Amino acid sequence: MNAQSSAARAALAPLRLEVAGDFPILSRTVHGRRLVYLDNGATTQKPETVIEAERTFYRESNANIHRGVHWLSQHATDLYEAGRKTVQRFINAAKAEEVVFTRGTTEAINLVAQSWGRAQLKAGDEILITTMEHHSNIVPWQLLCEQTGAVLKVAPINDAGELELDAFAALLGERTRLVAITHVSNALGTVNPLAGLIEQAHAVGATVLVDGAQAVAHQAVDVQALGCDFYAFSGHKLYGPTGIGALYGRHALLAAMPPWQGGGDMIRTVSFERSTYADVPQRFEAGTPNIAGVVGLAAAIDYVSGIGMASIAVHEHALLEHATATLNGIPGLRLIGTAANKAGILSFMVDGIHPHDLGTILDAEGVAIRAGHHCAMPLMTRFGIPGTARASLGVYNDEADIAALAEAIEKAQHMFGTRQTR
Amino acid sequence: MSTMDGNLRELYQEVIFDHNRQPRNFHEMPEADHQADGHNPLCGDQLTVFLRIEDGRIADASFVGHGCAISTASASLMTEAIKGKPVDEVEALFRDFHAMLTDTPPDRDFGKLAVLGGVREFPARVKCATLAWHTLHNALIGEHDPARTE
Repeated sequence: MNAQSSAARAALAPLRLEVAGDFPILSRTVHGRRLVYLDNGATTQKPETVIEAERTFYRESNANIHRGVHWLSQHATDLYEAGRKTVQRFINAAKAEEVVFTRGTTEAINLVAQSWGRAQLKAGDEILITTMEHHSNIVPWQLLCEQTGAVLKVAPINDAGELELDAFAALLGERTRLVAITHVSNALGTVNPLAGLIEQAHAVGATVLVDGAQAVAHQAVDVQALGCDFYAFSGHKLYGPTGIGALYGRHALLAAMPPWQGGGDMIRTVSFERSTYADVPQRFEAGTPNIAGVVGLAAAIDYVSGIGMASIAVHEHALLEHATATLNGIPGLRLIGTAANKAGILSFMVDGIHPHDLGTILDAEGVAIRAGHHCAMPLMTRFGIPGTARASLGVYNDEADIAALAEAIEKAQHMFGTRQTR
Repeated sequence: MSTMDGNLRELYQEVIFDHNRQPRNFHEMPEADHQADGHNPLCGDQLTVFLRIEDGRIADASFVGHGCAISTASASLMTEAIKGKPVDEVEALFRDFHAMLTDTPPDRDFGKLAVLGGVREFPARVKCATLAWHTLHNALIGEHDPARTE
């Protein structure tokens, strides 16, 4: 796809990018109805090019990497390392060696906690997170705190779901060794003002990890411009396969970190007395990695880059505005998460209808959303709710999907007898 | 009408809406001699079941808590169904009710509880309909840890 023409098209008709045809699954029906897929925050659908890339890898290029002397092994190694360069360019890392492949965001965060964290933190040190974190950016730090005696601090948010900047600044201090913060909240859609926060964290000498799981598919990410020390994301929320993700780490940090998991591929020499370890990034990639996953992830990055991250951001922002206005027009519906700067996530409650009942009724209409706590229980507690219904947008969504969502919500209100007229 | 529309209507019958809007026996019971908590942390459903047992019969039953329409209506219908019944009959009813939702429906008259039979077609919602019953079971056997069905 020509990036320039699609950018021009996005500017003209931002509510639709005309890419749904690239995704085979979107032509299927659910319960006899067109699938309206609005659960992109959980996982995105895969374009034909990604499905084909994995298939072609197994049909034509499959071999183990970094070890065979045979041609096919070298070929597979080249594809794998080319995937690393694709990720490097995508997030603008300074070096390809700063990209470590992991199973996903969760494993990337756990890697930092167990390698960097266990080596660096001691009793009394502080880790600062925020109320809006996903469990995967809470629990690894709780485990680390139990292991090291470090203390977890939590920066609060306001009623709109925005970080309380003064409180964040006040919680930063000389004991703060790490700030772990999400780029985009998975449950609220809030986009955090990272650049300023990272600058403040660095001013007190803290290292910064960014959870980019909900960000990379929706806007251009430049880790050097952000200035973060670690950035974690998953392939499957970026139109790529499940089971593959990446950790970006500044080279000096990664190079000083001890191995996390031991095994093949991560060593230089092994004897029963002592083993020495490979350089980064192989040091953190023990065992045969998800080679086909890397090939699929690279195809996914090529796909979104072909549309253009700027066009995607314009489209999703326009669709978010449209969807926000549409949902606000439904009496009895309340949006949770109304930050001034938001990505394509709409969390909401409907008076008199539990999110799970809503999810079931919407599903019967072919509309797939998520209902529940979105792996952010402390955040739900902050808002005093058991969970929300959440519609999350992707490149293929358009105003027809939002209309289907609104109609299905109104149908649920009719069923429950809670439909009000305004 | 698609199969799904039919299934949805089976699931959300008027009786369910009625018991969701106005749950029966929805109050605490200070004189209860048996009680237990139920909690499905993933969906946030939470309830407490209270019982007063006299001569091996459920003399009174009530509940408090919050959850989706299916779990609230199920708890409400349950308290109505068990009042006055011998405890061993209630345990048998629990087994049969569970089988109705997950296995081969037993050949018996479920009375009003039959409206919850539609949950069978929605495997993800069985945990909502059975939470109150597992909590009831825990109250009867004196279990102190909260019941869970997820």
